[in-house]
Amino acid sequence: MKRTILALATLMATTAFVAAADSTPAVVYDMGGKFDKSFNEAAHSGAEKFKEETGTDYRDFEVENEQQRAQALRRFAEDGNNPIAAIGFSQQAAVEQVAKEFPDTKFVIIDSVVDLPNVRSVLFKEHEGSYLAGIMAAMASESGKVGFVGGMDIPLIRKFACGYKGGVKSVKPDAQVMENMTGSTPTAWNDPVKGGELAKSQIESGADVIFHAAGGTGIGVMQTAADAGKLAIGVDSNQNGVQPGSVLTSMIKRVDNAIFDAFTDAQSGEFETGTVALGVKEDGVGVAMDDNNKDLVSEEMMAAVDEAKAKIASGELEVHDYMADNTCTY
Amino acid sequence: MDFNATLLILDSTLRLSTPLLLAALAGLYSERAGIFDIGLEGKMLAAAFAAGAGASVTGSAYAGLLLGVLVSVIFGLVHGFASITARGNQIVSGVALNFVAAGATVLLGQAWFRQGGRTPQLSTDQRFLGSEPNFAAELRDIPIVGSIVSELVLGHSLLVYIAFIMVPLTWWVLFRTRFGLRLRAVGENPAAVDTAGISVTVLRYKAVIICGALCGVAGTYLAISQSGGFNNNMTAGKGYIALAALIFAKWKPVPVMFACLLFGFLDAAAIRLQGAELPVIGRVPVQFIQALPYVLTVVLLAGFIGRAEPPRAGGVPYVKER
Repeated sequence: MKRTILALATLMATTAFVAAADSTPAVVYDMGGKFDKSFNEAAHSGAEKFKEETGTDYRDFEVENEQQRAQALRRFAEDGNNPIAAIGFSQQAAVEQVAKEFPDTKFVIIDSVVDLPNVRSVLFKEHEGSYLAGIMAAMASESGKVGFVGGMDIPLIRKFACGYKGGVKSVKPDAQVMENMTGSTPTAWNDPVKGGELAKSQIESGADVIFHAAGGTGIGVMQTAADAGKLAIGVDSNQNGVQPGSVLTSMIKRVDNAIFDAFTDAQSGEFETGTVALGVKEDGVGVAMDDNNKDLVSEEMMAAVDEAKAKIASGELEVHDYMADNTCTY
Repeated sequence: MDFNATLLILDSTLRLSTPLLLAALAGLYSERAGIFDIGLEGKMLAAAFAAGAGASVTGSAYAGLLLGVLVSVIFGLVHGFASITARGNQIVSGVALNFVAAGATVLLGQAWFRQGGRTPQLSTDQRFLGSEPNFAAELRDIPIVGSIVSELVLGHSLLVYIAFIMVPLTWWVLFRTRFGLRLRAVGENPAAVDTAGISVTVLRYKAVIICGALCGVAGTYLAISQSGGFNNNMTAGKGYIALAALIFAKWKPVPVMFACLLFGFLDAAAIRLQGAELPVIGRVPVQFIQALPYVLTVVLLAGFIGRAEPPRAGGVPYVKER
């Protein structure tokens, strides 16, 4: 009897183990596509890292239109994929719907909150990272005018703009920050021609550093800045290498870490749900430094960034969050 | 809104109307010959992809242009075969080509370059970029006239000049040459042309080839002049706006140019007027300005311009009487 129980327990343990190791994670990207050199690509590289380190493969899907979001999530859930990561705030409704249908499957949503027991919501404190980018922009600018090109006009992108403005003003209180949004529909994430035209108009008005938070549209922004001999600041992924020598830095959101952590947590059975907000303190946002931009960044800039980082981490400096009250106080 | 800001908007207007103008002129040749072409969009898109891919593989902007034009002409010939030789429905064939272009570009792009359907970023010497001649800086010293000339006339990409030279050229070809007369006749009354002993089929094929070539230049401009590579669906409806401009201008070359300039101007203004305070009106929502081209087309066509009458034999396959 005892042996039977033991054997049974062992069997159950192995099945549980096998189940945990076997469940393939899945990623559903947002409209920009997984090679947008930005937000979605960060998620992609997190998943790739997971595959490399654990040897467990993953599945992924790029949505082409609104209707595919829920379909893709549901199909992955039906196939037994676990956990399933949904990239981008636009997937909120779809995750909410599908997570209710599959209470035993774990979901991760980036950039939005879904309050369900089987969902982990990962937010980033973009305003903090943008603040650091703003400091560098203000110090690199010679004209005292800097630009910002946003993708779709939504509070999240306003949050980038506001933090950036705060950083700029903290260095040069009288600096001018030009803000433009590409559009008001999701196609605004993938319109490099318009992004380039917006950047051009800002450059012609005197801006010499332009920060973009516009996904694929930003490729046009960086291209135009490089063509005009001005500087651009990348976003989400490390974009310093997109136009080497013309990208001052990139405001990175460690979506890759968020995805990697979620996948490894699920594999080791330590997946926790709830809402996490990753900021400068948690190393969730920051500015990218590498060989491509080391000649553009001075030591004073680095010192100023490090100082601001320490202050933000210790709580001494609080960067205003646009989404808290929908106003920008800078 | 000072003098300089106005100049910058006009400068941007030229850049933004160029693809519209090329595509609309392309449509002009085809439709004047009696072949309706709703596939301008698809031809531009295919050409943009071919140009982006060609320029990045060969490293030459001119090779990109050549490939762009070639692919677009092939698309044009397929449309020609469907609507001239096979006497199919021209709208259906055009729409089909649009879908083929939208899908095939991304599919091939992903298979060849593995960048999500994009072509690799091009370097400056692989693109058509404008360069200002040396005397532009001196010109700027002359008040008003100098800055107008240096800002608006000089320093554009080669393809912009090609587009605007095509306007008088098209006018001359259509209204002052024998080929133009026959082309217009074949769109109005192909039977008469046939009676005169001229082949309707050959004339119409010539028209779709010219249409393809011009769409090819338009697509090339989008991919390797205005931006640094091909992107998914980068034409974003410009082919349809060009079609609207063509109808708006009643299939005449010079009015086509003004219609395209108007649409380009509204686009440029929408970009620059974002969040700007206008005198009297105050802050205008950008969505309002973005919708203006479409609203204007409807209002002006309905109220002011009057009936836009297409070429009489447009859309009708020619069948020789036996």
